Amino acid sequence: MNFVRPMVILFGLIAIWQTIVLTSGVPAYILPGPIKVAEAAMSHIGPLLDNTVTTVVEIIAGLFIGTFWGALNALVMIAFRPLKRWLLPVLVISQAIPVFALAPLLVLWLGYGMSSKIAMTVLIIFFPVTAAFYDGLRSTEPEWLELAQVMNAKPMAVIRHIRIPSALPAFASGLRVATAVAPIGAIVGEWVGSSKGLGFYMLYTNARMQIDVMFAALALLCIVALTLYFIVDRVMIKLVFWQKEKNEKEESNR
Amino acid sequence: MHTHTKSNIESDVRSTAPSISLEQVSFSYPGEQIFHSLNFTVKGGQWTCLIGPSGCGKSTLLRLISGTLHEGLSGNIRFGDGEGRRRPTAWMAQKDLLLPWLNVVDNVCLGARLRNEMSGQKRLRAISLLKDAGLGDYVNALPSALSGGMRQRVALLRTLMEERSVILMDEPFSALDVLTRLKLQDLAARLVEGATVLMVTHDPLEALRLGHRIYVMTGRPATLSDPLVPPGAPPRNAGDPAIISMQAILIDRLENREIL
Repeated sequence: MNFVRPMVILFGLIAIWQTIVLTSGVPAYILPGPIKVAEAAMSHIGPLLDNTVTTVVEIIAGLFIGTFWGALNALVMIAFRPLKRWLLPVLVISQAIPVFALAPLLVLWLGYGMSSKIAMTVLIIFFPVTAAFYDGLRSTEPEWLELAQVMNAKPMAVIRHIRIPSALPAFASGLRVATAVAPIGAIVGEWVGSSKGLGFYMLYTNARMQIDVMFAALALLCIVALTLYFIVDRVMIKLVFWQKEKNEKEESNR
Repeated sequence: MHTHTKSNIESDVRSTAPSISLEQVSFSYPGEQIFHSLNFTVKGGQWTCLIGPSGCGKSTLLRLISGTLHEGLSGNIRFGDGEGRRRPTAWMAQKDLLLPWLNVVDNVCLGARLRNEMSGQKRLRAISLLKDAGLGDYVNALPSALSGGMRQRVALLRTLMEERSVILMDEPFSALDVLTRLKLQDLAARLVEGATVLMVTHDPLEALRLGHRIYVMTGRPATLSDPLVPPGAPPRNAGDPAIISMQAILIDRLENREIL
């Protein structure tokens, strides 16, 4: 049941693509049809997969590091209130600089290898994770905190047992956004300067007029992004298990 | 109805649970004085009910006593003879405030967790409390699997687990249907016996069933009536003619005061 709809959408989009190619008569070096792209994917499967691995590693490493620092940053701001006033402006300023504009610098500082792409991804992910998690940590039900106060709760125990769990749904939505934008960081990093990865391979094939291979790389990137999002979504649903039960209850009531 | 065999002895023996004394308590919200030089004593070891119209300051008074509200407070709030190092209060609200990610027994043990005092012994005690309250089958269930009445029962047990001598209740049963409410009142009366209870309520019948003493709170700044002392030991039978006639008196008082 769950897979029928995405499949219909997928094949629908491919059908529209094929129709446009057939009816408009665009040359293949502008817009190759899906069949041509599939053929190109088959004939270049080796380098395509090779470059995919590089990009996937960059995205996943960026996701982990960015999520870790983002969550840590939010926790520090909530646990040590005075620090918040210093960290928050830094955070906002860091977001005022377009991250894309930093890409050449990062390549200059960190080199052509993976680390500059990972840094790029971390920079992009960091903010949505911090903002969402911090918001969640801040908007804990005040009556829970009041109850904890009457119980003579230890401040760190309140953060651990009440604030963090109650912020997990917000954290989860932040991480979903982060997962959706993470590939941008890796790809932009590769465009600016690299010798490996799907972003690099797209530029490379584009320059050699292998547009069908470039489309195959793009399709692979889509698959990677969707798979990643799907996995993170599943993990997040497990993480906020109590909400899942609530959702199911509401669903069955309908 | 639950019968009380201990109640006669209880009234003779001075309970160890402390009284709550408010001396010259004044408190204002910006632009509005809620209390002005209020003097009020809640008897130790008894169940005292506070009844009055919405917004008259009942909940504010509970928060002042619990210590969650202290900015803008002047005057003295004492427990027993002196000022203990730690407030001896436990809190039960209208909402059950169960944490949805903790199972029932962990919710009951919340206080111990939050003080980093959790132990296997505490857990066993919580389980035996749950069994006693008819929730033995739900020890490991999540709160979302429980009905409203069961959730509030868990909240009551969480309050008891604190083993505090003063229990503050803010309309704890008002969100429940009538039958569930009556059952829970009986359970509460049985379980908290001997503690000093101060309960805020909207419901005259509830006050008359449970209170050793009932005060009506009205006006701004708020004042308290003389106590009403219903006959017999709580929990009283809702059908008792004496209770029914007192309910009329209580409603009268509430209405008259509101006009003033």
